Parts: sequence; C-alpha cells; structure tokens
Amino acid sequence: MWLQSSLLSILIWLPVIGAVATLFTGGDKNAAMARIIATIVAIANLLLCIPLYLGFDSSTYLMQFKENYVWINVYDIHYALGIDGISLAMIILTNFTGLLVILAGCQAIKIRVAQYMAAFLVMQGMMIGVFAATDSILFYVFWEGMLIPMYLSIGMWGSTNRNYASIKFFLYTFLGSILMLIAILYLYEYTGQFQIDKFYGLNLPLRTQEYIFFAFLLAFAVKVPMWPVHTWLPDAHTEAPSGGSVVLAALMLKLGIYGFLRFSMPIVPDASAALAWLMIALSLIAIVYIGLVAIVQTDMKKLIAYSSIAHMGFATLGCFMIYQIVATMKNYHDAYMSLEGAVIQMISHAFGSGAMFLGVGIMADRMYNHSRAIKDYGGLATSMPIFAAFFMLFAMSNVGLPGTAGFVGEFMVILSAFQSNFWIAFVAALTLVLAASYTLWMYKRVFFGPVLNEHVAALPDLTILEKINYTLLAIGVFFVGLYPEAVLNILHATIGHLLLISLPAAS
Amino acid sequence: MNFTIAIPEIFVLSMLCLILLVDIFTPVRFKIATYLLVQLTLVLTFLCVLTQYLNYSNQIITFNGAYVLDKLALLTKLFLLVTTFFVFIYAFDYLRKRNIGRSEYYILGLLAVLGMQIMASAYSFLTIYLGLELLSLSLYAMVALDKDSARATEAAMKYFVMGALATGLLLYGMSMVYGATRTIDISQLGDIVNLATRNENMVVLLGLIFMLAGLLFKFGVVPFHMWVPDVYDGAPTSVTLFIASAPKVAAFCVTMRILVEGLSSMQIEWQFILVCVAVLSMFGGNVLAIAQSNIKRMLAYSSIAHMGYVLLGIIAGPDTVEGYSAAMFYIATYVLVAAGAFAVIAIMSDEGVELDKLEDYRGLNARNPWLAFIMLLLMFSMAGVPPTVGFFAKLGLLQALVEANYIWLAALALVFAIIGAYYYLRIVMLMYFEEPRAELVKVKITMRPGILAAISVNGIAVLWFGLLPSSWIDMCRLSMV
Repeated sequence: MWLQSSLLSILIWLPVIGAVATLFTGGDKNAAMARIIATIVAIANLLLCIPLYLGFDSSTYLMQFKENYVWINVYDIHYALGIDGISLAMIILTNFTGLLVILAGCQAIKIRVAQYMAAFLVMQGMMIGVFAATDSILFYVFWEGMLIPMYLSIGMWGSTNRNYASIKFFLYTFLGSILMLIAILYLYEYTGQFQIDKFYGLNLPLRTQEYIFFAFLLAFAVKVPMWPVHTWLPDAHTEAPSGGSVVLAALMLKLGIYGFLRFSMPIVPDASAALAWLMIALSLIAIVYIGLVAIVQTDMKKLIAYSSIAHMGFATLGCFMIYQIVATMKNYHDAYMSLEGAVIQMISHAFGSGAMFLGVGIMADRMYNHSRAIKDYGGLATSMPIFAAFFMLFAMSNVGLPGTAGFVGEFMVILSAFQSNFWIAFVAALTLVLAASYTLWMYKRVFFGPVLNEHVAALPDLTILEKINYTLLAIGVFFVGLYPEAVLNILHATIGHLLLISLPAAS
Repeated sequence: MNFTIAIPEIFVLSMLCLILLVDIFTPVRFKIATYLLVQLTLVLTFLCVLTQYLNYSNQIITFNGAYVLDKLALLTKLFLLVTTFFVFIYAFDYLRKRNIGRSEYYILGLLAVLGMQIMASAYSFLTIYLGLELLSLSLYAMVALDKDSARATEAAMKYFVMGALATGLLLYGMSMVYGATRTIDISQLGDIVNLATRNENMVVLLGLIFMLAGLLFKFGVVPFHMWVPDVYDGAPTSVTLFIASAPKVAAFCVTMRILVEGLSSMQIEWQFILVCVAVLSMFGGNVLAIAQSNIKRMLAYSSIAHMGYVLLGIIAGPDTVEGYSAAMFYIATYVLVAAGAFAVIAIMSDEGVELDKLEDYRGLNARNPWLAFIMLLLMFSMAGVPPTVGFFAKLGLLQALVEANYIWLAALALVFAIIGAYYYLRIVMLMYFEEPRAELVKVKITMRPGILAAISVNGIAVLWFGLLPSSWIDMCRLSMV
C-alpha cells in the first residue's frame, strides 16, 4: 500500500511544501491566507499520524514504515527512513506541538506572518526527519537543517537581545554537531556504510569507543542541554517568540536524549558503561544546581528554561542509570524501568513546559510593556481566572504531582535508581522539593495576592483559540499522567531491545 | 597534430577577432551587440565542449605533448564557461549604469576565458605559462577598467606588480625543473623524477617550491594572499565577480596537473607544504573576515579560507582518490556560491553608489525578500550548513581526510568552519533581524528579468544540489580517474 511505504516522507515533506505555499501568499496583506494554509497543513499532518499509529506494530522492535532509496551513490548514503516505538512517540508529539505552535502563532504574530508560519512548518518537517532517519548523514542533514529556521525565528520575532541569543544558539549547536560528524565519518571508514544500525555491535576497542563517545557527547549534551554547556538555552528561550520557546522546550531538547538513545548508547556501549559515572554526575548537577538557579530567577521564561534543564537532567539520569543498575543489581527489570522512565520524561516534559511557555507568551502579549518579569504581575487569578486554572494544572505537572504527566517519568527513574544506589536516588529526589519551590513560588507571586495595578486588572482572559490550545495540552497532561500504559505499550518492545544492545557485551 | 581537440579554443580565438572588428564599427548605442556576441560565443563553445565531453573515450595528447584532452580538462572548461556566462549576465547592468568599459569588459573577459581554457588543457610548462599569462594580463586590465577611480587603479597596480612577481617565481621554478629533468612535458616529468638520483631531485624540489609559490598566489592563499582583499575591494564589483569565480577552477586544474600528474613522486614534500598553507589560510581567512565592515573585503577573506579548504582535498588526494574529486567538487560549488554572492552585491549597488558596506544589507528582507532569501542560501552554503550544497562539499573533504587518516586536520577544518559561520550569520542577521536604514526603506531594488532569472537559478541551484548532489559529485569523481 502506497501510504504505508511513503507515509514518513509525506509527514516530513508536507510541512515543507506547505511552508513554500505559505511564503507565496506574499506580504502581511494576505496574512489571513498564510494562517489558514499553515493551520490546514498542521492539522493534516497531525491527522496523518492516525494511520501511522494504527499501522504501527508495537510487538516488535524492528524498524517499520521503512523507506530506502540510494541518495548519494559515491558515499553509499541512503535516504532511509523508519520508525520504532520511541520515534513514533516523538513524531506524534512533534505533530501535536507543531499544531499548537501554529495555532498560537495565528494569534500572537502580527508581522511577517507568512515567514513565521513557513519557518515553523519547515522546522516541524526537519524535526520529524530527525526522528525518522535511519541513515546517519540523513539524520545529520535534518539535525542541522532545523537550525536555520530556528535561528531565523529567534532573530526575527524575538525580543530585545535577540541578535546575541540567536547567534549564540546557532554557534553552540553548530559546534556541538561537528564532532558528531567526524565520529560518523570515522564509523563510516570502519564499516563502509552510513546506516545507523550498521554501527551497532562493532565491538570497537574501549579507547576508540571513548573518543567516539565524547564526540557524540558534545553534540547531544549541547542539545539536551547538560551542565556545563547549557548557557545558550536560557538566552535562546528568553529572547525567542513564545512559539519558538515551545518548540525548543518541547521538541528540540528531546533531540539530545534521542541522540543518546540512538547513537551513543548502542554504538559505544562499553564506553557508555565506563563513563556512566560522569553522565550521572552531570545529570545530578543539572537536577540540583540548575534547580537552585531556577529559584532565584526573576524572569518567568528564564525560570521555566532552567526548570527544563533540570527536568532533562532526569531524562539523562534515567538513560545512564541503567549501567549502574545492571552493575550492582544484575537486574534487567529495574534498568528497563529506568530507561522507560527517561523516555516518558521526555514526552511528559513537552506538555508541562510547552504549556507554561505558551502561558508566559499569553501574559506578555497582553501586557502593555510585554514584560516577562515576575514582579510586574500579581493577582492575575482575579483578572484571568480560566487562564489561572489551566496554568495551575501545568505548573503541577511541572512539579510532578501524581495524576499529571510529570509524575510518571520522575517516579519511574527515582524508583529504579533507588534499587541500586540510595544516594543517587536521594539527590535526584531533591527535585521534588526544588521543582515545587520554584514553580509554586512563581505561581504564587504571579497569580495570587492582590491585583498589583490597573494594567494587570485590565488583562482579558483567554480567547477561543487559546482555550482550544490549552484544552488540547490539558488532555495530553492527563492522558499521559493517568494512563501512561498507552504510551508505554508502544515503547515496550523498542526499549527492551535498546537495553539489550546498549549494555556492554561482558555483563 | 590533432587540431580537433583544440576546436573550442580555436573557435573562441576566431570569434574574439571577429568581435573586436564588429565592436569597432558599431555605434555606441548598439554596444549591446558585443555583449550578445560574446554570450553567443560562450554558449556555442559550451555546446562544443559538451559534445566532446559526451563523446569522450580516452585521453588524447597532441601538439608534441603540449596539449591534452581528458575528463579533467573538459569538466574544468564546462564549469568555467557556465560560470562566465552567468558572470557576464550579472555584470551587464552594473556596467551599463556606470558606463565603464562596456565592450572592453566582455572582450577582455573572453580573452581570459581563452586563457583559462588553455590552462585546462595545458600539458607542458610552456602551455601552462601561456594560458596563465593570457588570463592574468586580461585580469590586470579588467581591474583597471574604471579608469577614473583611484581605488581601482591602485588595486590594478598592486595586482599587476604582485602578479608579475608570482609569475616570475613560477617561471623560475619551471626553469629549474627543466634544468634538472631536461623536459617540460608533464607526461614525461613523472618518470624522470622517479628515476633521478636524490641530488638531482633537490633541484626539482627547489623548482617545485617556486612553482607552488606562483600557483598559490593565483589561488590567493596565505601567505600569498595580500592582494586578494585589496583587489576584490578596489575592482568594480563586476570584475570582482569574475576574478572570484572562474579563474579559481582553472588554477585548480593546473595545480592538479603539476602536482599530481607531474610531480606525484614528491608528494610527501608538497603535502607538507600544503598542510601548512591550508591551515594558515583557513585560520587567517576566517579570523580576518570577522573584522571586516565591507562585504567585498569580507568575502575576499572568506575566499582565502575556502581556498584553504580546497587544498585539504589535494592533501588527502595521494592517500585516497576521493580527495581529488572532493577538492574538485568543493571548488566548483564554491565558484557557484561566490558568483552568486558577488552578483547580489552588484545588484544591490545602485547607480553611482557602491553599496558594499555590511550596514547596507540591514533589513534587506523587508526591502526585497527574494533577494534576501537567495543571499541567505548563499551564506549558509558558505558556512556549510545543510541542506545547501556547501555542506556536501565540506562532507566530501572531511570524508577524504578521515579516510587518509588526517583526523586532526578534519577536526581543525571544522573548528575554523565554526569561526567562519559567525560572519556569514552576521549577514543573515543584518538582512533579517534589523530594519533597513531610513533613507533606504523607499529605495527599490530593481532587477531586469534576465538578472532576476540568473540569480534565481543560481540561488535555487545551491539548494537543489544541496538536496540532490549525487549527479554532480559523480561528475567530479569521474574527472579524477
């Protein structure tokens, strides 16, 4: 069936074609047209996820919906696509977030609408490409290709300090990815192929594995971002338009974790095991230190950005804890849970932080001076009650309240870490205190208390479009929070296999 | 004597004489005839070379070993003819608005093309020298075309003096090699050097160094780069456009002939020299470009860096054949991109005013989104970001370097690429993130349909070959076996 054999390509290229169409609507005179086209494309892409989900066989770890064409003959580079459970979950998430961002942009963006829509559609296409690529060069092309629209969106619709933030963002990520390119080329010399799965199980000497590990680490650590290469993120988040912040938080950070799962751990398992202590240490620093940093922020977007870094620390912890768990417990079950928790954390974080970034955008757009400073707000619950209720839900998900999406991943990671090392689990569990303090303290200062001034009192509540957006997100938060089995079901087989190939041969 | 293989060159030469005559007798308002005739010549020559390319079976050497027809020569000619064709389209409006050298430009340009064609097919030192001088002398005159401009005259003078010195070095080197080996034929050179004793080869080595100096000058790489920024900046943009594009391909071809086909047995020596030169160029070019406020100077430094990258391919070449084809692909794509970038500068420049400050690009997106988008593609291609063709050019080089076990050099090249990305991004930043200067908001950027079509093709090609580079890579690869 043709849909089966080219569904992934359609998902990748439909937004890109849509972007070209949007650009052809011309200047801001036809802004309405651009909005309509972009929304239709985004909805169509999300609907296309339905056959993708239904056609997906969750009982196998093998790649599905495969496409494979020779792309560049000389180097044996293939246009090869395929998805497993993790990719499927991420692709659905990408399309979901893509639609939200477009909808939010329809209302928030007033200038250069067509270019805005085009940039985000291209970004969406490239991101799906990253999750679907099974050829390392194709992966790299998508990985770098999305830098251009992101760079433009920060710079064109960002706030005052956007030039600095956009260049910093670009150079940081560019610096990270080049060493990955060299590592890929080295592996190509070794195997003669660029297919990612051909890099698995090579049994390279440990020293070589460590070099490759560090080359990949730089690329993915910048993207995650891990301490100490995280400094671009607060800047980029703060200056980006709220749509850009949402894409950054909900999707782009996940690419780093995805890279660890797809490249680092299965390709160089011995080095990953040998250096797991380093990764665990960096994750704990991110969780505790960055959590503390988040508390003292005065800018809401910065606060949420730092909280994202801390939450991503959980995901990396969950990934690399497996080596610790297997080494001390000889127990695959807990390692499996840890890894699955990391993936769930990736997904759940998208809802909570994405929604909070949208919320800051909603507030700042309404405010006369577009302020994001906590001190400029107060008593918002009085003037925007519906918004306050929604925001509470997402703040709770960020804290990790049981019943919301944020709880599941953190709980799984802490629980499995607890089995092997009390102190690691203890330090990681500090996040429950830290996240509660920075999120709820911010919530208290912004929403509760007396109405600060007439500007806050005059703020109108959510529009229809924003209500739709938030309802969709709320459904996401509750769905993952109350019935995580639905997501876990498509992950089981994939993660089981991933665990198997990611563990060193000796153990 | 096999004259058939030199038909394209003979044709260009005869057309040149004809056009010169026609030009003298056409009144000023019909000068467009010269332009059209020159373009017609380029198209016909292109078709002629294309026929040779398609019917190519094996290498032919003629004129007592002085002239060669092989894939490398044919491909070089194809590239430079296409490039020149586009360059002349871009230059037309610029020259017309300023009324400088309206027919001289094309005639001198065509003469330079003839020189480059001869360089591409040259197979002995004498022919190489002939082609090179024909090219250089035409270029010196072209730089000075705007005779009322002090800067252009100064640039021409610098270019001429330094260029003459470089040619002198080249000739001196050739004479040494001839003294040691008693031959100027490249086909025989290799065998003789292989068989010679160490002492005799010392002279050849000295000659090699002198010849390299001359060739590297033509490339414009550190430490022979001083002329590049001054000439690029001082010359009229239409001339810069020409200097920055086609001659690089021809110089590459000659370098391949001398180093790889002639003196491959001295590869250890020239590899070492080229490693130093390449690293210095990538470093110097990229770092100095950051400090520039004039876009022509900035692109001049960037070209120094890019030529350093090309040398990387030649360095990897002896260890893996991928190296040479990667270098060929790199230089061909660079020429495509550089021609486009200088064309944008030429289009931006209005009558009498040279808009070549970085500041002038502020808010280009608001003034002309399409031109800004093309410039965006060109800049990202120079930075080597996918999905533009510049990425695959760099990928090929890196792959060759890793295969040849120069991993440290590959890493270094990438570090310099990041430094380079900064100033390309700065242009994008100015174009997209800033508002235009107040007095420029209302100034329309007008393009004739011909120029619009050419620059659009150029810009889209950067994206097209970035998505589907396979056929072009294959072409460059075949030229090296």
